[in-house]
Amino acid sequence: MSILNIFSQVEISHYIYLSTVLFCIGLFGVLFRRNAIILLMCIELMLNAVNLLFTAFSSYMGDSDGQIFVFFIMVVAAAEAAVGLAILVLVYRNTRSTDVSFLDQLKG
Amino acid sequence: MLTLMIFLPLLGFVLNGTLGKFLPKAISGWLGTAAVFGSFVIALMSFMDLTGDTTMPERIYTKLFTFLHVGNFHVDFAFQFDRLSAVMTLIITGIGTLIHMYSIAYMHEDDGFYKFFAYLNLFIFNMLVLVLGSNYLMLFFGWEGVGLCSYLLIGFWYKNVDFGKAARKAFIMNRIGDLGLLMGLFLIYDTYGTFEYQDVFKLVFAGSAESNAVNTAIALLLFIGAMGKSAQIPLYTWLPDAMAGPTPVSALIHAATMVTAGIYLVIRSEAIYALSPIAREVVMWIGLATSIMAALIGLKQNDIKKVLAYSTVSQLGLMFIALGCGAYTAALFHVITHAFFKALLFLGSGSVIHGMHHEQDIRQMGGLRKKMPITYLTFLIGTLAITGFPFLSGFFSKDEILMSAFAHNPLVFGLALVSAGITGFYMFRMFFVTFHGTYRNTHHGYDKVHESPLLMTLPLLVLAVLSVIGGAVNLPQYLGESISGGLHHLLSYDGGGQFSPILMYPEHAIELSHTAEIGLLVMAVSVFVIAFLYTRNKYVTQGAVPESDEAQAGMGKVLANKFYVDEAYDTAFVSPIEAAGDVVGNYVDDKGVKGFVDGFGSGSNFISRLLSKIQNGNIEYYLVYMVIGVALLLAFNLF
Amino acid sequence: MMQNLPIPFLVLSFLTILSALYVVTSKNPVHSVLALIFTFFTISAHYVLLNAQFLAIVNLIVYAGAIMVLFLFVLMLLNLSKETEPVKSNWWGISAAITAGCLLLIITAAFQVSGEAVAKNPVEGIGLVKALGKVLFTRFVVPFELTGILFLASMVGAVLLGKREKGNDALISKEELNG
Repeated sequence: MSILNIFSQVEISHYIYLSTVLFCIGLFGVLFRRNAIILLMCIELMLNAVNLLFTAFSSYMGDSDGQIFVFFIMVVAAAEAAVGLAILVLVYRNTRSTDVSFLDQLKG
Repeated sequence: MLTLMIFLPLLGFVLNGTLGKFLPKAISGWLGTAAVFGSFVIALMSFMDLTGDTTMPERIYTKLFTFLHVGNFHVDFAFQFDRLSAVMTLIITGIGTLIHMYSIAYMHEDDGFYKFFAYLNLFIFNMLVLVLGSNYLMLFFGWEGVGLCSYLLIGFWYKNVDFGKAARKAFIMNRIGDLGLLMGLFLIYDTYGTFEYQDVFKLVFAGSAESNAVNTAIALLLFIGAMGKSAQIPLYTWLPDAMAGPTPVSALIHAATMVTAGIYLVIRSEAIYALSPIAREVVMWIGLATSIMAALIGLKQNDIKKVLAYSTVSQLGLMFIALGCGAYTAALFHVITHAFFKALLFLGSGSVIHGMHHEQDIRQMGGLRKKMPITYLTFLIGTLAITGFPFLSGFFSKDEILMSAFAHNPLVFGLALVSAGITGFYMFRMFFVTFHGTYRNTHHGYDKVHESPLLMTLPLLVLAVLSVIGGAVNLPQYLGESISGGLHHLLSYDGGGQFSPILMYPEHAIELSHTAEIGLLVMAVSVFVIAFLYTRNKYVTQGAVPESDEAQAGMGKVLANKFYVDEAYDTAFVSPIEAAGDVVGNYVDDKGVKGFVDGFGSGSNFISRLLSKIQNGNIEYYLVYMVIGVALLLAFNLF
Repeated sequence: MMQNLPIPFLVLSFLTILSALYVVTSKNPVHSVLALIFTFFTISAHYVLLNAQFLAIVNLIVYAGAIMVLFLFVLMLLNLSKETEPVKSNWWGISAAITAGCLLLIITAAFQVSGEAVAKNPVEGIGLVKALGKVLFTRFVVPFELTGILFLASMVGAVLLGKREKGNDALISKEELNG
């Protein structure tokens, strides 16, 4: 069914490297950016890197459990995005800013 | 019953210690007295049971719980009431009751009234544990307990710095002795594998001659403990200083009961001492030296309580002479009679001090005979009893000691007789100076002097009666076979061979010819008469008054300064220790240890200052730390 | 070894990484969102390559469709489309790059050390709805229901947070809070 017989030409290690790179790009974004919305997006990126890895393992091993996990991750990501964005809107309402460094006001 | 007897005073202590502050003085005082009196009644009943019924075993034994159980080491928290303990218990609770009663009147103006009774009750409890414990560890428990109470009560008026120092001195001196006792206990356990009196003595008895070196060591170590508690050379200096405490305390603890704990210990360990003639010789000579030295010092003291204190040391020395000669009955006999007349004398002096508005210097007294008739009369009886007036209690007990000393070694007899003679001199000196002559105090007028209330004179009267008839406990043989030697029979009673008596080795019967016996008596009486006549002539007829401190010269000055023993101890022990303490304190501790310890403090302070910078509340930093942490974790896994 | 790889894989991977980098470096948040959507498209293409057809579609619908639209919606709502983006200093950029790079190195090294223990055993058709649904509604039915509850909870939470309370709509400026 596949467009090309990927399994015989690509080793799983390539997918591992690919998702690692994606993950680290997301991480870099989380560390680098100050806009809370971009931060949330970077987290989505990291989650997707993990999803890719899960799917790759699942497909190479012929076991569908990994793909089920991807579903769950998606569910959690969606929930997180919803709540996270709601909080963001609230913060913006109070501070007129989405800068995370402003959140150090929360410290006790 | 036994448990109740011991724990009644503890109950009194707990009640007085916790609630005493809220109780009226009368209730708290009578509460303490009642607790001790209850113990006395029970002790009396138990004593009747024990001696009246021939089917009774040798002791009443109660095990409360297992005190310690570690490996093979097993000690029970158990009490035994045998004939020796019974005698001691009766003295402690009987005289204790009288003194408690006396204290109600004596201490009535004191703020710490309830505290005083709490301490007294605690003392009685500890003393009972000491004499009623069924093993050496229980004895040690009580031994330390009475030491603590002694400390608390000497320093009872703790606002006076000197009194506090006296309390500390007593405590420290006792610690030195306690160390000896403790080492003796270790040696006992090491040798015999148990602390139980009965087991130890059975083993000692069975093993008899073979391990005499060890037994000698045990005996000497135990004697070091006895030295501390019973104020013998070289550890006696705390007792005169202990007079800083209230007078009832001096009477109860430092004359009648606690200081005789050392005697009790030696009598209890008779089986061990019997095997070691060397240890007995040591005991005897130290007792003799203490007796004479304290008596000499007593000659020149002007504080009414100090005289009595040195007298106590001297009498304790006499008891140790008896122990050294193997006359355990005589020693215990003297413990009993001494408890009577010395408690009487102390309480009498307390009555004088009370009547004189806390004046203790006999040079400030004089002519009190007319103002304080009851105190005068009872004090006279006490003085006569201690100096050996014929047929008073002291006469019999002292005579028995002298006789056993004579049988042992005539030289010892001679020296002991000298000591007993000096007793007469200093006692009559004090007596005459205090009660005869003219009133010399300039602060309080003669008319201000008053007799003490009934609550104080009643114990005096009871004790006076006991001092007169106390000799009946153990009358000498020449007064008739049937009524004599009661105490001797008590201690040597073996239930028709059913059980081991208190004294496992029969005492040497004193084999003296009738002439020798009469001769000794005559000598003793004549010494008494000489002392009486000399002092009467000097202080009553000539009306002499002891010199003031500055006028002392020659030998008198040496005596008044107590042979400079305190100063010698200061130079030999206290100063070097203080100097060493200074060095260690200023250099080792201040510079070395303090720097080291402070380094920890300032170091962690510095680190936490650094670390607190990390915790700045900024999410970005936290993220970086988190990532670094994850990276490090992975790296650790990797390598 | 790069040249042995099939061209579609290489192109897709290249596009994925490139767009992901644009997501984190773009100064305009809207551009970031669009780049992220593009990244999700490429990842979906990877899913197709990996025989996970159902996941590819779900990824597009849920992520690129729903979640990213949500992001875009919030961006528009807050009016952040213009370049008011707070920028961090270069120091921050360098340290963030170093930290992320270190993690990358370490993870890569970890893979190198642990080796390739995964056996190749591809099975035809496990990525289809039929197969996945069977597993999801049998073995994973309890976690599946739990995620439903989680969703419900997050929905309630989001509504609660987003609700504007009466008398609590005073806007506090950053300066006021700092003062």
